Amino acid sequence: MEPNDADAVARVMAGDQDAFRVLVERHSRSLFRLAYRMTSNEQDAEDVVQETFLRAYRRLSQFESRSNFGTWLYRVAVNCALDLMRRKGRHDTQLQPAQLVEPVERETSGAMLSLPANDPTPERLLLNAELRQRLNAALAGLSARERTAFVLRHFEGVSIQEIGRMLGLRTSATKNTVFRAVQKLRRVLEPPVAFSI
Amino acid sequence: MKHPSDEQFVLYHYGEGEEASRREVEQHLASCEACRASYRGLEGMLAAVDALPVPERPATYEAEVWQRLRRQLPAPSRLRWFTWLPSRRWALAGTMAALLVAAFLAGRYWQQGQVPAAAAIPAQARERILLIAVGDHLDRSGMLLIELVHAEGPDSVNIARERQRAQELVASNRIYRQTALHAGETGLANVLDELERVLLQIAHSPSSLSPAQLEEIDRRIEVRGVLFKVRVISSQVREKEKASARELARRIL
Repeated sequence: MEPNDADAVARVMAGDQDAFRVLVERHSRSLFRLAYRMTSNEQDAEDVVQETFLRAYRRLSQFESRSNFGTWLYRVAVNCALDLMRRKGRHDTQLQPAQLVEPVERETSGAMLSLPANDPTPERLLLNAELRQRLNAALAGLSARERTAFVLRHFEGVSIQEIGRMLGLRTSATKNTVFRAVQKLRRVLEPPVAFSI
Repeated sequence: MKHPSDEQFVLYHYGEGEEASRREVEQHLASCEACRASYRGLEGMLAAVDALPVPERPATYEAEVWQRLRRQLPAPSRLRWFTWLPSRRWALAGTMAALLVAAFLAGRYWQQGQVPAAAAIPAQARERILLIAVGDHLDRSGMLLIELVHAEGPDSVNIARERQRAQELVASNRIYRQTALHAGETGLANVLDELERVLLQIAHSPSSLSPAQLEEIDRRIEVRGVLFKVRVISSQVREKEKASARELARRIL
């Protein structure tokens, strides 16, 4: 039976480097998903995964054994991804919604977005491709902080309070960040009249 | 009829916010057709975001990550240093960092011919040691600032632990700042100087802070952008460390 995270950490700290393999194998896939959603780039996501494990290994002594290792690792990964996005200057690259939807055809840009269906007719494939394009463009319009907060809350189910800890924000500021991200996505993804209250 | 705000709907969707606010939204949705339609739209939009695919990884992905990683992992003995005295981890880390800087400085003097260089560590290796130590110092400082910015409490907040850590970080920060100045790294020295002022303020604070006192520390961190600068410079130091490691490997090979 494989050791749990806490046992594996203890073994690594005692000098058993191979015990780190258990942690890598248990968390690398979910870290890749997180990193890809933050960076939208496969190679960048791979770099983030690699850097996360390296940093985690070097700083294992800072991990408090009472905490959850997965949560701690996510924090490290978020910082690695933010560092990478900053280095690439993505935190300031926010396109205007009008630019973001641009090459999407008029007939579909105002239509309700449809979820990809299992039936791969040519029309559906085209619609799905357009949907992906709009989704990617919408996410690219978020600042690094907004995107991180949104990805953590929406895809990873991390609580607002925990996201605040990861990003060094107060709870109220974290709520605002998630809200701003959703509003920006709505502006790009939603039909103009459908959601105004 | 007062409609809930967009923010309330978003928080409601994620199961966040105050219980009273969530109840208010729930009751309102039950009675307001317009808001129900709007909320359905929000849910539809967020469900569409879920459709964004993540590239599949092969079944062997985990093993591949490990194979790539294991070659880069430092020797495990380095980790064991920290397990000797777990409760004094921070103090020990600071002492180690200071020793590493001393080694670095000694290396600089050796280079100038004041001391025979027979046992000297290669300059590239010394630089890397320093960069790793400074990077870790910046990360520890960043974590402390994040925890303080996030600290909240209705009355007073106990920061005795953070104060102790700040005291330990001040000592190593001072050495790094002076080293950076000597090495002509003025950008790093400036950030360390600003960091030191904030660390000193924390180190000299009472162990129990009122919300107003905590706010004052937060304000200082935020107004000067210290946390952001620390993160940026930390990221630059890490990059430099990687470049230094590559150069070192190139020379060895």
